[in-house]
Amino acid sequence: MAMADALPNDGVMRAADGTPLKVALARAERREKFKAMALVLPLFAFIIFSFVLPILLMLYNAVYDPDVAENMPQTVVALKAWDGKDVPSEEVFAAFVADMKEAQKNKQTALIGKRLNYEMSGIRSKVVATGRKVATVEQPPYRDAVIAIDKVWGEPDTWATIKRSSSDYTPFYILSMLDLRQSPDGSIENVPSDRAIYKSILVRTLGISLLVTMLTLVLGYPVAYLLATSPQKTASILMIFVLLPFWTSLLVRTTAWMVLMTDGGVFAGLMHFTGITWFLNLVGLLNGEPELFKTRFATIVAMTHIQLPFTLLPIYSVMKTISPNYMRAAKSLGGTPFYSFWRIYVPQTLPGVAAGCLLTFILCLGYYITPAIVGGPTDQMISGFIERAINSENNWGKASALGVILLTATLILYYVYNKLVGIDRMKLG
Amino acid sequence: MAVPAYFTRGETVMYYAVRVFVALVLLFLIAPILAVMPLSFNSESFFTYPMPGFSLKWYDDFFFNPRWSGAVKMSFLVAIATTIVATALGTLAALGLSRANFPAKATIMAILISPMIVPVIISAVGMFKFYASMDLVGTRLGIILAHTALATPFVVITVTATLSSFDKTLMRAGASCGAPPYTVFFKVVMPLILPGMISGALFAFVTSFDEVVVVLFLASPEDRTLPLQMFSGIREMISPTITAAATVLVLISTAMLVTLELLRRRSERLRGVAPI
Repeated sequence: MAMADALPNDGVMRAADGTPLKVALARAERREKFKAMALVLPLFAFIIFSFVLPILLMLYNAVYDPDVAENMPQTVVALKAWDGKDVPSEEVFAAFVADMKEAQKNKQTALIGKRLNYEMSGIRSKVVATGRKVATVEQPPYRDAVIAIDKVWGEPDTWATIKRSSSDYTPFYILSMLDLRQSPDGSIENVPSDRAIYKSILVRTLGISLLVTMLTLVLGYPVAYLLATSPQKTASILMIFVLLPFWTSLLVRTTAWMVLMTDGGVFAGLMHFTGITWFLNLVGLLNGEPELFKTRFATIVAMTHIQLPFTLLPIYSVMKTISPNYMRAAKSLGGTPFYSFWRIYVPQTLPGVAAGCLLTFILCLGYYITPAIVGGPTDQMISGFIERAINSENNWGKASALGVILLTATLILYYVYNKLVGIDRMKLG
Repeated sequence: MAVPAYFTRGETVMYYAVRVFVALVLLFLIAPILAVMPLSFNSESFFTYPMPGFSLKWYDDFFFNPRWSGAVKMSFLVAIATTIVATALGTLAALGLSRANFPAKATIMAILISPMIVPVIISAVGMFKFYASMDLVGTRLGIILAHTALATPFVVITVTATLSSFDKTLMRAGASCGAPPYTVFFKVVMPLILPGMISGALFAFVTSFDEVVVVLFLASPEDRTLPLQMFSGIREMISPTITAAATVLVLISTAMLVTLELLRRRSERLRGVAPI
């Protein structure tokens, strides 16, 4: 009773310790929230530090480009006053000579040459050669002496290129991956068509992904339909045919296709046996035995095989929820089987179709292993070019710019997928 | 499989056409995997039927050549370590995310799932550069960290799905009986969400065990995993040992699939819900 006397009698509901119930509830909820966040924090921190941060730092290389600014500091300052019209003044050349002597001492001329070569092909060897000879230039006039070493230094375009790459940040890599470039006057233009190769890689990646997505839909939809409408026993046996490939590693399935598609291998034998080879020869699509290995055909077949379960399973899980009564109702109202199927059944499966196709399309965009093994040089997709930019060309700017384009496309689709399906409702297996 | 009597002729044709089409698609799905297996017993080193003779020499090479057996050991080591860390981190996070009113749940979930969506070449290249700055390239620790990042989304998804059908009043009941939170977790929650945790762990194991692109960048040439050994084998010199390796891997995935199916049936029987 003593406790009750101590409390003000104002009609507010109170907890046992006298705090208003509202405050106590808010406090308890806040505590719960912190507890929940503490549970998520370890994984969140881990993903940020071991995954998100490394990727962001890597993609930063697409625009961060300090090679020229770091190794030609005096030239960069001197070029600021240059109007870009004529060969630069004597001061610029004096700075250039000093920078090149320093770069030669630090063995950085190859790096400068490599960077400038991205924008002016053929200049690499000239920069390196100039670096070797620049020690002989000891007194003014520097301009004539440097132009005497190589007449490329007498061209305003060379200096415009240096000036353009002298900032720590450059749009060069991303522009060039879209087959665009900055002209010497700073405007953006298309590169000459003989050097425009990257847009075709993007188009190829999108084209292969789209074709594979459509093939998986055409092949997967009837299978999903039969799986969803068959009796439980039959369905679970048929399901093994879908799930076993799903659980077999991508590398193993690609290996299988490589083995089957070797010249004179099982696939060619099957084509011969079924008369397809004979037929294709007859209509003139083929001359002799087929050569399948390292072709676009092999790439598409293998990718379709690998992605088929990813398209099929979301469609199946939506079809499972569709009551057969709708179709019965449609037919009893006089719809023909085809009309009822098309107008009543198919629209109800569209969420599954969207989920499956989007997932397959997203995954296809990033394919690297399969085209690398069963595809030829003209079947490589963006991922293959990223790998090559790093392992063969050591060009991080290019790899990162391609990465930015690939990641942007993926994340836009991921966003759509998340809005449409909800990532936490993704079904596995 | 007779068609119902009320089917029109068109319906009957469609009925059989769909079944033939589906049979062909299922054949397309399973045949390549099955066709490779017999070739691993070929006595000659080429990939065509009919095979001239029977031999176990590619399996001998696979199990006793240190290049391959070392790769198998390395793969198991990395995959087991990855599974343990990923399951622990992923389950904790799923428990947190499944609480009511979690702030910015959708955004955090999207970030946690992103390793599954980001093209693996981008993850590999990013990690390569970052881990190189910390001298983790060429170490097993580096590969385990990278694989854990790639594998946790699967654990988060499966455990979250299991928790969505988990009756949370059971936790309150445990607490009201005086059990501290960790006792409630180990005695009440964990036994009920175990099927989800195990299938998440299986996904994590498979993700790491099959992964090749990240390993391509992070592994040292002497310390290869099995997929990397296969991939370099394909690129350098094709030996039929690859078909033996593929056969063994298919058997392992079959074992995984069977385990998962048994788990699903068990949890359906116990609670009337599927873990995945």
